[in-house]
Amino acid sequence: MSTSTRPVIKCESVYKIFGDNAAKILEKSGGKVETAALLDAGCVIGVNNASFEVHKGEILVVMGLSGSGKSTLLRCISRLIDTTAGAIFIDGEDLLAMNDRELIDIRRNKMGMVFQNFALLPHKTVLENIALPLQVKGMSTRDSMDRAIDMVSLVELTGRENDFPRQLSGGQQQRVGIARSLAVEPDIWFLDEPFSALDPLIRREMQDEFLRLQSVLGKTILFVTHDFDEALRLADRIAIMKDGVIEQIDTPANIVFSPATEYVARFTREVPRERVLSCQTIMGKYDASAEMSNITVSADAIIETVAEPVLTEPKPVAVTDAEGRILGVLDSRIMIDALFSETQSVAVTN
Amino acid sequence: MHYFREHKWIQFAALLAVFYALVMAIDPATGGNLWRLQETPFWLLPDLINDGLRFVIDDFWVVDVYDAELDLTEESTLMKEFTRTLSGAVLFSINLIRELLLGGVKTVVAFTSWDFISANEWARIPALPWPAVAAGAFLTGHYLGGRNLALLAGASTIYIALFGQWTPAMQTLSFVLVTVPLSLFLGLALGTIAYKNKTFEAILAPLLNVAQSMPHFSYLIPVVVFFGIGDHAGAISTVIFATPPMIRLTILGLKKVSPEVLEAGMMSGCNARQLMFKVLIPSARHDILIGVNQVIMQCLAMAVIASFIGARGLGYELLVALNSLQIGRALELGVSIVLIAVVLDRLSLAWAHKQTDYLADRPFHVRHRHSLCFLGILIGTSVAAYLASMVFPDKANYLYFIHESQGLSTESFWDRIVDWLVTHTYDSVQSFNFFMTTSVLMPMKAAFLAMPVAATLFLVAGTGYIVGGLRSALIVTAFIAFIALTPWWDRALITAYMTSFAVIIAVTIGCSVGILCSRSPRATKVILLVCDTLQTFPSFVYLIPVIMLFGVSDLSVLIAVIVYATIPATRYTVEGLSNVPQTLQEAGSMSGVNLLQRLLKIELPLAFPHIMLGINQTVIFSLFMIIIGAFIGTDDLGQLIMQSLSQANGMGQGIVLGLCVAFIGLAVDHLIHTWAEKRKEALGIN
Repeated sequence: MSTSTRPVIKCESVYKIFGDNAAKILEKSGGKVETAALLDAGCVIGVNNASFEVHKGEILVVMGLSGSGKSTLLRCISRLIDTTAGAIFIDGEDLLAMNDRELIDIRRNKMGMVFQNFALLPHKTVLENIALPLQVKGMSTRDSMDRAIDMVSLVELTGRENDFPRQLSGGQQQRVGIARSLAVEPDIWFLDEPFSALDPLIRREMQDEFLRLQSVLGKTILFVTHDFDEALRLADRIAIMKDGVIEQIDTPANIVFSPATEYVARFTREVPRERVLSCQTIMGKYDASAEMSNITVSADAIIETVAEPVLTEPKPVAVTDAEGRILGVLDSRIMIDALFSETQSVAVTN
Repeated sequence: MHYFREHKWIQFAALLAVFYALVMAIDPATGGNLWRLQETPFWLLPDLINDGLRFVIDDFWVVDVYDAELDLTEESTLMKEFTRTLSGAVLFSINLIRELLLGGVKTVVAFTSWDFISANEWARIPALPWPAVAAGAFLTGHYLGGRNLALLAGASTIYIALFGQWTPAMQTLSFVLVTVPLSLFLGLALGTIAYKNKTFEAILAPLLNVAQSMPHFSYLIPVVVFFGIGDHAGAISTVIFATPPMIRLTILGLKKVSPEVLEAGMMSGCNARQLMFKVLIPSARHDILIGVNQVIMQCLAMAVIASFIGARGLGYELLVALNSLQIGRALELGVSIVLIAVVLDRLSLAWAHKQTDYLADRPFHVRHRHSLCFLGILIGTSVAAYLASMVFPDKANYLYFIHESQGLSTESFWDRIVDWLVTHTYDSVQSFNFFMTTSVLMPMKAAFLAMPVAATLFLVAGTGYIVGGLRSALIVTAFIAFIALTPWWDRALITAYMTSFAVIIAVTIGCSVGILCSRSPRATKVILLVCDTLQTFPSFVYLIPVIMLFGVSDLSVLIAVIVYATIPATRYTVEGLSNVPQTLQEAGSMSGVNLLQRLLKIELPLAFPHIMLGINQTVIFSLFMIIIGAFIGTDDLGQLIMQSLSQANGMGQGIVLGLCVAFIGLAVDHLIHTWAEKRKEALGIN
């Protein structure tokens, strides 16, 4: 990720505290959040000091079990609920300082959101549901319907335009939810456990669909899930939350390879590393004098995809970057160490 | 002792024993305040209410009003001006619709003057020919709901026209077409405000409770004082009566909308107005439509009762027919009222479910074929009717309307049936009547009248305590103590006896029918349809066949009450039993229970809270109907309410009497709701 561009979403010390006394206690402490005092007063801390950035085109997956505050965090950033303290910037603009009109404006043009239980309007057809965000913007019926029809074909629901949500399967309903959230061509796409209510096979299919859409659209995405495997599959970066605190925020590989806390490690232990790690993360030092194999592997390649040729090759294999420069080496020894040793002997490089 | 604390039924049995001992111990002659409360300053309450309202009408906030016609400045009060303006607006709306349907000059007069009308022969709204209205009904039905609805709407209109009830039916229709939208609008508006504003909801909730358990007649009395007599007064009392259920169902529906749907609306960029009208209200449409159905039902029920204070239409004709015991005519009028109710109800439902097809690209004349067709028929029939008037200026024009004397009638047929019934079944009906009156009703009435105030309050407080603890005990005792403080304790006991009798029979019948019908999915469907249809009938209509079969007596009132009150008991039993989760049924079957065991051990206990709500409805329905029964003669609270309607200073008395009835209903309502809630909690159902 390049840091020179401005982040699309930026959170600075975001707190969300539930409880009647929260406002009073914060006022007393001059806006400074003292968690101990709040907990004593019977408040519940939904989000505790969350700071992070999401860059253009990036998928940040917020992962946590129920009650971890992940949905609360998402709702703070979409301003569906009020943030207790901290600052949130959307494209550099202060989200929390916006008045209702500006908020509606940013939602009409910049944000789209997909919900766990689809949240389709039961009285509207597929087409009408998708056209809703366009119509509330003031677009004419004809234009909004044309656009909605395009969206229907984007999510591959052609033929079901006039069906009601109750006539669709769960997966189809969520396709409508996705189409609705994308109808206004938002830059930022929020997804709140979008596939959790679906059957495993359909979930898998929808994840593929999601990746296909993202490869075409390149949105900035905040994706909430309780499913660690889903997070690994979809994320550019993962934020793992527990009790309102972001325990670790990093790339899937780094999370799997060097979990920051015991809690994170409990998720990563069962993860097949070869599916997550790239060659770059486990490669050994390149020794120019050694005799190299004549095959090379790309630094970004996931180990699973190169395991067979590397393991059957007696000589070390060069790991190269996009320009063909040799960054390091892999051999069967290094791979077996990385994949099967409990002790994490390999340094993380980036 | 532990056993006593754990088992409510033992506590209740002990309570009954003490109650009985108290009844025996308190002697009517020497019991004093324990027997009946003596006169207290509380008896002045009706007069206080009268004086207070008089003050508001006659002396509060005096304003000067300029009368342009007389060129005078007069003194008036704010309230008078307010009621005058409101009356004027309502009356104008009713007259406008009425004259569009039946023709007339009042609407034109409203903009000009009577002199203008006399000078200009042409200045009147022509009547719509009834075939045009029938075609309109048919086409509206077709547009909204297809062929079946079209036939229902068209045939109903034709029935009304051919049976010579066009004028009163259109009067009622104009009345309903003003009151229904007004009630719907007010209900939706107040409901949405209450949804958004917790304080407003907290204020509204108790008012709604009282309003929904006040009998119909009680609404008429203050309205007469404030608004006088006539169609407008009838319409206003109808709106006041029909709005509370709409408010309640709107709040209920809005609260049930899933928070995700609300969030989806917000994230779609809806502003507050769009969120309410595009997202919340349509998503809550299930409950709101029940509200619409209730409003239509209540408006037609009140359209009959409002004829006591001068509303014209089918209701008025029905009252006249019933008063002069023209049963056949009453029956035909009743059918007309029911048809209007059913057609309006089905049309509103179909309208709410109407769907637009955005993909179809059709030319103008196809898209608007219903309106174009209606326009054609309208022009055709108008021209035909006009020509007919020109050609036969002296004859009645059947195209405008068919007069009662010329209409079809099955009156003589029904009257003959009644005659036949009276001559052939007189003895058996009379002996049944005699048996019921002397062996069941009179002893029961005597038993109720023998209840001393102290013992009754003890029983009520004790029941409240057993069901819901101290809070419930205080609430229900306060309700009943209010009645004891009024001079009408004996009357209230008679109302209570009639209600108890009706509720016991209605619940027995309703639950049995409900249980039987819930055994088969097909019977369930049928019985729910029957309940739906019967519920659309205005309450007054139930009196007609009963009077026809049993004549005028206490028993016939009770039979009408029972028939009317059995509907909710049946409906809630069926619903409760069919909502028992399938998994539990299966778990029961796998534990090897037989059908009877399954019913007794699994289904009934789980359906119990829902059935209790049905019994609650049965109580409220019975109370309402018993008060309406005063029209054919009872000697309970209802009779006094009817009397205060015609007394000069009856307003205070009428309101206090209405509150007495409402408080009986509210006490029962509180007990049953608390009980049902506790059962639900224990069973873990929300």
